[in-house]
Amino acid sequence: MATQVQAVRMALHVGETRHGVTDIFGEDVGPPLGGVFTATQGLRTAWNSPLDERGVIGAAMGLALAGQRPVCEIQFGDYAFNTIDLLKLAGAMHWSSNGDWSLPMVMMTPVGSGIHGSIYHSHSFDAQATRIPGWKVVMPSTPYDTYGLLLSAIVDPNPVMVLLPKALMRVKARPGELIPGEPDDERVLSKMIDAPLGDRTLWRPEWPETPDVFIPFGKLKRLREGRDVTVVTYGRMVAICERVAANVAEEGIELEVIDLRSLIPYDWDGLVESVSRTRRLLLINEDTEVTNFGEHLARRVTDELFGVLLAPPRVLAGKNLPGIGLSDELEKASVPQPDDIERAVRELAATSFDRGRGPSPRARPAAPTALAPSDMDHREAFARAYAVR
Amino acid sequence: MEAAVVQPPHGQPRPLPDETLLKLHELMLTGRVLEERLIRMQKQGDGYFWIGGPGEEAFNVALGMLVHRGEGLAHDYLHLHYRSSATLLAMGADPVDALRQMKNTATDPYSGGRNFAGHASIRRWNVAPISSPIEVQFSMAPGTALAQKRYGGRGITIVQGGDAGTAEGDFATCLIWVSRPSNELPCLMIVTNNEYGISTPAATQHGETRISDRGRAFGIRSKTIDANDAEAAYRELEEAMDYVRTERRPFLLEARVSRLYGHSSSSGANLVKGEVDCLVEIEKKLEDRGLRSRAELDAMRAQKTEELLAAARRVIAEPQPRGHTVWQHVFAERDVVTQNPIPCDNHGGGRRQPWLEQAH
Repeated sequence: MATQVQAVRMALHVGETRHGVTDIFGEDVGPPLGGVFTATQGLRTAWNSPLDERGVIGAAMGLALAGQRPVCEIQFGDYAFNTIDLLKLAGAMHWSSNGDWSLPMVMMTPVGSGIHGSIYHSHSFDAQATRIPGWKVVMPSTPYDTYGLLLSAIVDPNPVMVLLPKALMRVKARPGELIPGEPDDERVLSKMIDAPLGDRTLWRPEWPETPDVFIPFGKLKRLREGRDVTVVTYGRMVAICERVAANVAEEGIELEVIDLRSLIPYDWDGLVESVSRTRRLLLINEDTEVTNFGEHLARRVTDELFGVLLAPPRVLAGKNLPGIGLSDELEKASVPQPDDIERAVRELAATSFDRGRGPSPRARPAAPTALAPSDMDHREAFARAYAVR
Repeated sequence: MEAAVVQPPHGQPRPLPDETLLKLHELMLTGRVLEERLIRMQKQGDGYFWIGGPGEEAFNVALGMLVHRGEGLAHDYLHLHYRSSATLLAMGADPVDALRQMKNTATDPYSGGRNFAGHASIRRWNVAPISSPIEVQFSMAPGTALAQKRYGGRGITIVQGGDAGTAEGDFATCLIWVSRPSNELPCLMIVTNNEYGISTPAATQHGETRISDRGRAFGIRSKTIDANDAEAAYRELEEAMDYVRTERRPFLLEARVSRLYGHSSSSGANLVKGEVDCLVEIEKKLEDRGLRSRAELDAMRAQKTEELLAAARRVIAEPQPRGHTVWQHVFAERDVVTQNPIPCDNHGGGRRQPWLEQAH
């Protein structure tokens, strides 16, 4: 029952033994530490770089140009911001050379809140990442998906960003989601591949035989079927949405919970199929709400599926704040919480536009959105903070 | 900045064989005539923007002549910048292709009409795509150099930028990454110093006496040279490249050059007075050594000018790229560098993107 970091390690081991990964590198990625989250312990090709994020991305680009297969790590997504013009350049390499070069490189980085990481260890990166054309962007929420998406990233001929929700690093796989070949007993796996405390100079991991698993990009995962509202999310919010779905099911509200997993490319056909059935959409992620990736999906759904919608698509995202404060209260007030999600789905489920199409099969009292008090608070606070003065 | 403290190699450079000097000159002349044609094209409306390297030909041609040209780790990797067209000519590039990029035609082999003049990309010669952001090539160079260090052989990484760009963090990145203890990399770092960043004199922004001094702090062999003398530039490059090829360690070469037509078309692209002209200098040598007469030199120039004018007339009639082609090459469908097959068939990378399909 691997954790996410163990899944990263196992995928990288498969990558360097079977799929030509030549370099796994970044700050503190090599021995003795093997990554600040231990995601790169025991790997043959792991090495430490200078403390220089631009150098890390630049070196990965150069290695890829020279026919190598680099996987680089930016220690926290918060520190990827000073690499953005290199990321743009990497995304442009194939296009700007009119197909002359390709750039097969993987960048992985821990993202998001949930570990009381304060202002510079809590940033999300999905809104930025999805604004850099030429990159594929994935964000797994389970160890199995981490394994399969990372392997797909490794063999892809393009730059691929693997965003790892840092709050999920130690979360274990659920029953039935084991990586094929991993031992059933988590203690056995830990003994095999977790570096011991103290002196590690003589330690060598004993890797379980795990097969290639390539989870295709652009394929969403439906975690729960439901007829009332499609909830599209990814990363840390997935498990939270599943819990909310279980709660509101008791009230008779049936949520369809979708883990998007692959942000670029994304599974448009799958979204269309689901939204066409539920006719209501809630998009949830942790990144700040202004020019958020959820907004793109909401816009496209509005453009292309307006005719089927019973309610406006909603985006529930992080507050548009410069950072996430350290105190638990501040963090909770900054990123979507289970209560916020519950309120939003109740409100959506209760909304049915009269679209002149006759009563929908599930027509509820047409209530032009009575906002819950906390939503009112948020909208007012946002309007006040961003008012033109 | 105080007057350049230029270190002559060993007094005067050893003279080059006549044949080499003549070849240097001819390529320099082609490079100059090409830049003048590109400037003319832009001014006549046959291009949106010009940037290039007139005034740097002595150094850039020598560099191109000394490159081990080819594809893959056994050959040199080049991370050049937008003043490097003479280097590419010396490597064997067709000057007409530079005209095509100026006119942003579909036939432009470097970018298919997507990028500015002087922004080449030639994978078959390990020339990485040249891009407009200043100095980013210095962050990428350690990557190719690291791969070459592992590979062995005599292939090296060559990275080139201007003096103003050394203020960017990427220059420091390169110094650090090519000189990691026990991991020194075969990388020739070149700074062509024309003493300006667009309109800003370096002397008003930089306190260091020589840029090459920055290499010394990292144990990187470093030198500042007068690159207006083609013979000296060739000899110095020969020596620096041989060191990097043989020792598999970095070298920082600061080459003092002229900027004869200013920064770019955005600053007018007019001939600047008072700068040393490396082409005039080499032609003096050729005359002094009795290798070319003035009349021969003038005739050569006239002929090349005529050839490129004729070529430009042909190029402007070549087709422009079609609008729908913007959707081509957003993603690579295969690894064009290694040609490795993708080991899974259900992969996003192997599938046409829906928005691409819509566009066709």
